[in-house]
Amino acid sequence: MTESDPRQVAIRFTDVARHFGNVKAVDHVSLDIYDGEFFSLLGPSGSGKTTCLRMIAGFESPSSGSIQLYGEEVSKMPPYERDVNTVFQDYALFPHMNVQKNIAYGLMVKRVPRKERERRVGEILDMVQLTTLGKRKPSQLSGGQRQRVALARALVNHPRVLLLDEPLGALDLKLRQQMQIELKAIQQRVGITFIYVTHDQEEALTMSDRLAVFNHGKIEQVGTPAEVYERPATSFVASFVGVSNFVESDQAFKITGESKSFTLRPEKIRLATPDAATPGDCYGLNGTIRDVIYLGMYTRYLVDTEAGVDLTVVVQNLESTSSDVFAARKRPVKVLWQKAHNRAVEE
Amino acid sequence: MSTDPTVPTTNPPLRSKSPIRLISNFLYRHSCLATGLLLLLPLLWLVVIYLGSLGAMLIQSFYTYNRFTGQVIEEFSWDAYKEAFTDPDLSPPNKDVIKRTVRMAVAVTIAAAILAFPLAYYMARYAGPKMKGALYLGVMLPLWSSYLVRVYAWKLILAKDGVMTWFLEKLGLMPVLDWLLDIEGIGGNSLSTSYIGVFLVFLYVWMPYMVLPINAALERVPKSLTEASSDLGARPWYTFLRVILPLSFPGVVAGSIFTFSLTLGDYIIPSVIGTSSYFLGALVFTQRGTVGNWPLAAVLTVVPVVIMMVYLSVAKKLGAFDAL
Repeated sequence: MTESDPRQVAIRFTDVARHFGNVKAVDHVSLDIYDGEFFSLLGPSGSGKTTCLRMIAGFESPSSGSIQLYGEEVSKMPPYERDVNTVFQDYALFPHMNVQKNIAYGLMVKRVPRKERERRVGEILDMVQLTTLGKRKPSQLSGGQRQRVALARALVNHPRVLLLDEPLGALDLKLRQQMQIELKAIQQRVGITFIYVTHDQEEALTMSDRLAVFNHGKIEQVGTPAEVYERPATSFVASFVGVSNFVESDQAFKITGESKSFTLRPEKIRLATPDAATPGDCYGLNGTIRDVIYLGMYTRYLVDTEAGVDLTVVVQNLESTSSDVFAARKRPVKVLWQKAHNRAVEE
Repeated sequence: MSTDPTVPTTNPPLRSKSPIRLISNFLYRHSCLATGLLLLLPLLWLVVIYLGSLGAMLIQSFYTYNRFTGQVIEEFSWDAYKEAFTDPDLSPPNKDVIKRTVRMAVAVTIAAAILAFPLAYYMARYAGPKMKGALYLGVMLPLWSSYLVRVYAWKLILAKDGVMTWFLEKLGLMPVLDWLLDIEGIGGNSLSTSYIGVFLVFLYVWMPYMVLPINAALERVPKSLTEASSDLGARPWYTFLRVILPLSFPGVVAGSIFTFSLTLGDYIIPSVIGTSSYFLGALVFTQRGTVGNWPLAAVLTVVPVVIMMVYLSVAKKLGAFDAL
C-alpha cells in the first residue's frame, strides 16, 4: 500500500495485538511510520498508545502480529538489541550517576572509546543547553533539566528511532510549551524518527508531522494534524481532538433534511440577530444564548437551538468586552454556518 | 433543594472552650512541643537504657580485676585491654577466639548475601501479590518460633544419624559430605559437631535479616531504571552490575550489619552445635558469669562494637549509602 510512497518505512505494525489477561490493550493495529517523521500516538489514558510504544522499545512483546523496524522483524528481539532509544515519562535517570555518566551509559555499554565518548557527551550537553551541569547528580536538577538529560541520554546514541513517552507531562505549562518548540527543532536538526506518546491533543497538533488517534486499543484515525482536525473520521476523534459539536442523526434531519449525524467545530459558527437572512450556502437556526463563558481571548457561547441540539459557539473577542458578552445571556440569536463545515462521522 | 424545617442547617460552632480543645490548639501552634512529647518515651528508652548500658559497659572495660581476691577495682586503667590481647596464660588465647568469630561472621554474611539476593530480587520483581505474600510469610515464619527450639532441632537434623545424612545418602552424596568433614579446620566427626554445622545454623537463623533489607532496597529501585538500562543496550548482567547492585547495595550492607553483628555476639549456637570451642559471645558469658571478670568481659564486648564501627565506616567510604 505504500509503493506509491517514496519514503522509507521506519516502523511497520502489521495486525499487532497485545492482551493483558482479558484486557485488549492493543487490538489488531496496523500502522506505518516513515523515516524522519515526527509521529504522535494520541489518545486518552488506557487507549493502548503507551503499550504500542513499549512494544517498539521491546519492553512488551505483542501477543500476535508483527513489528518491523526498517524492514527487520523485531517483535521477539530484546530491547538491548534494538536500535531505538526511549525517553521515559519519569525520565528514569540513574540516581547514582552524575549527568555525564548517565548520558555516557549507552556509549559505555557499546564500548565506544573514551575520547569519542567524551566528545559526544560534550556535544549533546551543548545541544540541550546543560554544558555546565555535567557533574551534577539527577537529584540536584530541576524537572526541566532532568527532562533534557533524559533526552540527551537517548539521543547521544544516534538511534534510528527515538521513542518519547509523555516526556513533558510533568512540566508546567510554560516550560512545556517551550520544550515543545525545542523538541521539534532538535528533531529537525538530527533528522531521527521521533515517536511521541501524548494525551494532550494540543501538543500532538503542535509538534507532529502525522499522528494516530487511539481509543480502546484501536487506531481511529491516522493523518496530518490538519487532516485529523478538519476531517475527523469518527465522533471520538472529533471530540478528542479540539472541541466539537456532535449532532445526532434525528436532530441532523431537522437541520439538513438527512438523518446522518455530523460534527461541527464551534469556531465555524457565527452568531447573528434572530431576523438575519440565511445565505444559500449556510445552515441557519434560531435559538437562545443559554450560557456565556468568557475566556479572555475568546468567548464560548452555549446556544439552545430550535432543532433541539445545544451548540457551542466560539467567538473571538475582537471588539467586544466582558460586559458586552455577559449581556448576551438569554438573548435570542440566530446561528449560521457554511454547509461545507458539516463533517459526517461514524457514530 | 428541599429542606426539612425541623432539622437545623447550622453547623456546630468551630470554636469551643473545652479544655481538650485548648490543649489541642496550644499543641498545634507549638508543633515543636508536640513532637517533643511524642519523642519523649522512645528517646528515654534509647538514651537511658540503650546508650546508658553501652556506656556503663565501656566504663567497666577500664576497671581492673584482681585475680587473687576476685574483686573488681573501680579505677581507670588499661589493664583489662592488656590482659585481653597479650596474656599468654589464657586458654584459649582471646585473639584466636576473636579471629575464629570474625571469620565465621564474614563467611555467614557473604553466604547469606549470596543466597538472599536472588530470593529478594524475585520477591521484588517477579512475584505476584499472592506469591509475594507467601514468600514474606516463608521468610518470617522461623521468627515466630523459639530460637532455642530451632537450634536444637538443627542439632538433630545435622546429627550423624540425622535427616541430613539420610537425605544425602539417598542422593548418593555421602562422598561429598565425607570430603567436607575431612577438611582440616572446618570439618569434624559429623555435621552437628563441626564448624560447617555452626555455619549452616547461623546461615539459617539470620537469613531473614538479610532477605528483608535487600528486598526493601530492591523494591525502591524503579522498574523503569532497568528498562532504561536495557533500552541503552545493556544486557541483563551489565544492568545488574551497573544499576541494580549499586542501588540495592545499601540493603545488602544493612542486612550484613545484622548477620555480621548477630553472629559476632551469639553464644548459643556455637555451644549447642559444633566443636564446643569458644566463640566471642561464649567467652564473654564465661568471663562475666563463671569467672566474674567484668572488666575483661566488657573489653571482649567492646571488640565487636569496634569491629562494627570499622565495618560501617568502610561501607560508607565505599559509597554504600550514596544511593539512600
